[in-house]
Amino acid sequence: MSPQAKGTLDEYRAPATLAEAAEALADGKGTVLAGGTDLMLQAEAGKTPYRGRLVNIRRVAGLRGVTEDGGTIRIGALTTVTDLLNDPLVAEKAPVLAATADKFASSQIRNAATVGGNICNASPAGDMILPLLALDARVELASWRDGALATRTVALDGFFTGPGATVKGPEELLGAVLFETPPAGRTARFVKSGPRPALEIATVAAAIAMTVDGGTLRDVRLALGAVAPTPLRAKRTEALLEGETLDGDLIARAAETVAGEVNPIDDVRATAWYRKHLVTIYVRRLLQDDGKG
Amino acid sequence: MTAKVEIEFTLNGRPRRVTVPADMSTLTLLREELGLTGSKLACGEGECGACTILVDGVSQNACLMFAVDCAGRDLLTIEGLRTEDALHPMQRAFVDHGAIQCGFCMPGMIMQAKYLADTTPGLTREGMRRGLEGNVCRCTGYKKVFDAVADAAGIDG
Repeated sequence: MSPQAKGTLDEYRAPATLAEAAEALADGKGTVLAGGTDLMLQAEAGKTPYRGRLVNIRRVAGLRGVTEDGGTIRIGALTTVTDLLNDPLVAEKAPVLAATADKFASSQIRNAATVGGNICNASPAGDMILPLLALDARVELASWRDGALATRTVALDGFFTGPGATVKGPEELLGAVLFETPPAGRTARFVKSGPRPALEIATVAAAIAMTVDGGTLRDVRLALGAVAPTPLRAKRTEALLEGETLDGDLIARAAETVAGEVNPIDDVRATAWYRKHLVTIYVRRLLQDDGKG
Repeated sequence: MTAKVEIEFTLNGRPRRVTVPADMSTLTLLREELGLTGSKLACGEGECGACTILVDGVSQNACLMFAVDCAGRDLLTIEGLRTEDALHPMQRAFVDHGAIQCGFCMPGMIMQAKYLADTTPGLTREGMRRGLEGNVCRCTGYKKVFDAVADAAGIDG
């Protein structure tokens, strides 16, 4: 690996506040360090070269933890996957996030990896992205403009533009992910396929959120991983399911629709054909299990 | 020119001050700058757990952690586990159960096992197995490892 390919780090900053962090990124020449589980590997591989300045945000106050305010749940960007696994508010209000955390990598990686990092890394197979998409989450992006901290909010659906690519500018910092507290009766689930239970990058993963109202499906959200260049909301399948009664015929049609909606690739983990096959099985499984419950 | 950063942290109970390049890993700092070679480099990408250390009491893959991020933190490596007089009970259990073949994965296994025992009230055998998923032994010696951890952590059965 040539030094050019991994980029350079000729400056280091460890800001203590969000404003300081945004200021350190303002010229677009900062590389953000959060949990670090992907950063060094990707830079060393030349995949995402360092931009010149390492901005270690781990000491920024107020970016870690899960809170609820006025019917909105807010997860700070530095909240670790282990935090989600142990958080009482997550367990009560959004247990799908804890269920996803339980399938995420290994104990050591869960201890370091952050929610913000998993989103910004923008892997098509990023586990934590899928339940957040199903929960209609949005992200807060902070930046330094005209001598002050500015914030914009972007829906997570639409945040991803390609493998490793998002609408977030290099001068912006993802500070938090937010979603409305799911109402009572809303169910959400996550499933992930891979040949081993731990440390697996998903062959296919899926998350669903829906309300079953007297047998009728409402507000269905279906998010799929590792079947397209970005994490994907399967909107045609969602529309097919919306307002319908869950039965075997509907499930069969949903499986058929979702197969036409994904665009997987062949890689070392699976062929495109197998991924397309798996996703139909996973959609059946998500719907059947919830139909019984 | 890679930035050099002076950091202060606690390593195995002792304050340390070192200057590190911004792109160095904590594992490289430990092994190559500080001469603590107990934490092992194997996969170098967080898959095998041979480099597991505790940072503020929480297990981490030292190969993935930036050395600059050690600033202000409390690191414990396998070298700091024993007292002057005795092995740590987790080390003792690994010895007593013969939970070692080549031994390369043991420092990481022991540090992760200590983390699980310290932080998991009511740790079960299944919880222990799940908690050790990120530690790979290629001699396939898991049974004795699990027996050792269960013993030291006070897990029944």
